[in-house]
Amino acid sequence: MNRLHEGGRWWRVCLIAGALAITGLFLVLPLAMVLIGAISKGIDVYLAAVTERHALAALRLTLTVTAIAVPLNLVFGVVAAWCIAKFEFPGRSALITLIDLPLAVSPVISGLIYVLLFGAQGVFGEWLGEHGFRVIFAVPGIVLATIFVTFPFVARELIPVMQAQGRDYEEAALSLGASGWQTFLRVTLPNIKWGLLYGVILCNARAMGEFGAVSVVSGHIRGKTNTLPLHVEILYNEYNHAAAFAVASLLALLALVTLVLKTWVESKAHRDRQAANNTTNDEILT
Amino acid sequence: MTTPTQIKPKPKLWRVSGTLPGFGLSLGYTLVYLSLIVLIPLAMIVLRTFDLSFAEFLAKVGSPRALAALKISFGTALIAASINVFIGLLLAWVISRYRFPGCRIVDALIDLPIALPTAVAGIALTAIYAPNGWLGQWLVPLGIQVAFSPLGIVVALVFVGLPFVVRTVQPVLQDIEHEQEEAAASLGATAAQSFFRVTLPTVAPALITGFALAFARGVGEYGSVIFIAGNMPMVSEITPLLIVTQLEQYDYAAATALALVMLIASFALLLAINYLQSRLASRGTR
Repeated sequence: MNRLHEGGRWWRVCLIAGALAITGLFLVLPLAMVLIGAISKGIDVYLAAVTERHALAALRLTLTVTAIAVPLNLVFGVVAAWCIAKFEFPGRSALITLIDLPLAVSPVISGLIYVLLFGAQGVFGEWLGEHGFRVIFAVPGIVLATIFVTFPFVARELIPVMQAQGRDYEEAALSLGASGWQTFLRVTLPNIKWGLLYGVILCNARAMGEFGAVSVVSGHIRGKTNTLPLHVEILYNEYNHAAAFAVASLLALLALVTLVLKTWVESKAHRDRQAANNTTNDEILT
Repeated sequence: MTTPTQIKPKPKLWRVSGTLPGFGLSLGYTLVYLSLIVLIPLAMIVLRTFDLSFAEFLAKVGSPRALAALKISFGTALIAASINVFIGLLLAWVISRYRFPGCRIVDALIDLPIALPTAVAGIALTAIYAPNGWLGQWLVPLGIQVAFSPLGIVVALVFVGLPFVVRTVQPVLQDIEHEQEEAAASLGATAAQSFFRVTLPTVAPALITGFALAFARGVGEYGSVIFIAGNMPMVSEITPLLIVTQLEQYDYAAATALALVMLIASFALLLAINYLQSRLASRGTR
């Protein structure tokens, strides 16, 4: 044991230095680049870039799309996790794989599939055109693509949490006369709240930041179908780097908030789990 | 006085175990939502490809430009995932074994590539490695051209794939009984022997799973790559970008055919990953 630790001291310093170097090179440097690039031309340019008309329109669209996509996938995630985690049925693991599918698909394909359905040459394209609806190169397409790419996030977090919880508490509540809804709201929900919050945080970050899928269906109409990430791309391709990094810094800020919230939720969930373990241990002892 | 009624299990046509309510409703909702958002749209790619004869399909997918793009996508993703195995193992080891100033910040930052929108990562990495960038100005005179070359694609894919290896290996490293390693040391094993004979075989399944996850993500990645790649056909053009280019030229058939190849590859990867993860989980339950 001593040998392991003393012989390891030199190694330990090297390994920690290596890890810090990799973190610095791959993680801290890009983040610093965004923040420093944003204010490279001064604070006035920064403020002008983030309060410019098209930037504000992009922000509004990003928030709207997220406000539609996240609740829909939240409801789906809870319902899907309930049926997958609380019941055994044939085809269950196939269902889990299908729910994970959007994570494995390239973002570009996530956009392409809706173009094939609703685009001018798509299956419903003609009908939509006749009735004056636009899905592709319009907001509905962006919403659909965003729902697709964030589809599994909540379900994925909840399924293992609900499975670990088992069915005993719910069955006890039901046998004591609670209704199905009461059982869900009073028994299940408090037990899964951290997992739920965790999934929503990840879902939200991806919904606001999605680029590939949205880029295929958006059509890049300034002020109309540009989300924040697409606005960053346009500014960058116009060689307006300071403005591009200024708008990007808003998204980087979102990423940092996401990381902080995520760490906080993880520590909360960890503490709850330990508290639960302690009470069961106490019950065993008494 | 009424006696408590005995709950009799209802006769079931289809074997479903679990006495909780809401199975039919939750499964129905899950299947409908899954079909509308994911399955039917994805099926469009398969259906649209059937519009082509097999010879046409081969001609689209086997064109020199498409083959080069596929080779670049899969090749760079393979290299990046391999690099991630090493640096992911290093980071996971350091985070789970050592306490040092800033270790919680490093731990939280690992998820940055998941939280940071890909377009933001793309422009930041490009600015860093461009010939006048923070690192580019030192690397380019040495003859190392990162930005606007296939090497840039690898750098971007290492960035986006970084969290996957770390987050699959980290829990396994935390779970390994310290006694196992200490026993090895007390029996006279050197630190290196104990690492290669005890630790490495235990984390190997997690490393493979992390590799597969990073690879799957890298093959389809779009946003972070297109800025840094330079996008020269035959040299540094990735498959998702070629799909987008073909869509913009209204060559739906070619885009769909390539998308089908990518879709099959990601589905195969997803099945492999699920299999690996289920093996990993069954190993975890002692």
